[in-house]
Amino acid sequence: MLRVSVYRFNPETDANPQMQEYQVETGGRDLMVLDVLEMIKAEHDASVTYRRSCREGVCGSDGLNINGKNGLACITPLSDAVKNDKLVVRPLPGLPVVRDLVVDMSLFYAQYEKIEPYLQNSSPAPAIERLQTPEDRAKLDGLYECILCACCSTSCPSFWWNPDRFVGPAGLLQAYRFLADSRDQATDDRLAKLDDPFSVFRCHGIQNCVNVCPKGLNPTRAIGHIRTMLLKRAA
Amino acid sequence: MVTRVTSFRRNGLSDWLIQRVSSLILLAYFLFIGVQIANGIDYTSWRALHDSTAMKVFTLLAIGAYVAHAWIGLWTVFTDYLTEYMLGSIGKVVRPVVQIVVVLALVVYAIWVIQVIWS
Repeated sequence: MLRVSVYRFNPETDANPQMQEYQVETGGRDLMVLDVLEMIKAEHDASVTYRRSCREGVCGSDGLNINGKNGLACITPLSDAVKNDKLVVRPLPGLPVVRDLVVDMSLFYAQYEKIEPYLQNSSPAPAIERLQTPEDRAKLDGLYECILCACCSTSCPSFWWNPDRFVGPAGLLQAYRFLADSRDQATDDRLAKLDDPFSVFRCHGIQNCVNVCPKGLNPTRAIGHIRTMLLKRAA
Repeated sequence: MVTRVTSFRRNGLSDWLIQRVSSLILLAYFLFIGVQIANGIDYTSWRALHDSTAMKVFTLLAIGAYVAHAWIGLWTVFTDYLTEYMLGSIGKVVRPVVQIVVVLALVVYAIWVIQVIWS
């Protein structure tokens, strides 16, 4: 039996959130955390609410705080997460809770929108596609893989304190993904929009983002590259 | 929402660069003073050291670096922790008051140092 403690909150009926305990029979199997939530929903309490979709770490829907560390429930095995025979599941920290484990991602998406996450190129489009050299394409590795699960940004204290002004690690990783793209022509404009005391420079190098990213990406390094680009631009 | 009207230069890159350059100046100053003290120093040689123009300029540079470094660092801390998010609506009052106190303290400190080394 596995003790599972789940954060429960319905803003329409509850004055305060509370942790609810369930005893789940795992049969000694090393299930994923999402499997345990599915078992709770199917066998114990159908009202437990969470997001999930692909169940294989691609869609980024089930970002949760699992025993204190953000991660994707579908690819986090119990053997990695459980401490003292107990599993504690909470919503991603720092964002408003819609219900139980579902958070309102509006602030997160607003920051993503702010960095204009699309190629900007005013030259006439070629007949087939804009080509890159293999070397230029390689610069995007470690950047394009982000699935916007928000595990990094919601583990970042700077994002907790200033979610309206600090772009956050996920947004900045994508900002650098377009700054590094040889096909993008808006580099100067992009950098100008990041050159305030909050958007980039509120990063204090805490590196929680690197610690939790389920895809093994490194937003802190990307932020360092953006700082270097800003410095070269101003020099 | 916290504003950046009280940021040192209203530009993140400048603040960031000043923070790093000023830390190097302060490191050099305190290492120099530390070495002097470690080598053994009495009042006469301490006075002679600080009477030299080069040392006065170095001390002025250090106090300038100190004021800039302290302000940028504390401004960042205040806009992280003394905000409406953290304190509720009172954050709008608390932060400006604390910032004014810190600015006054830094100005007084700088004037005091200048008076000491040029008197």
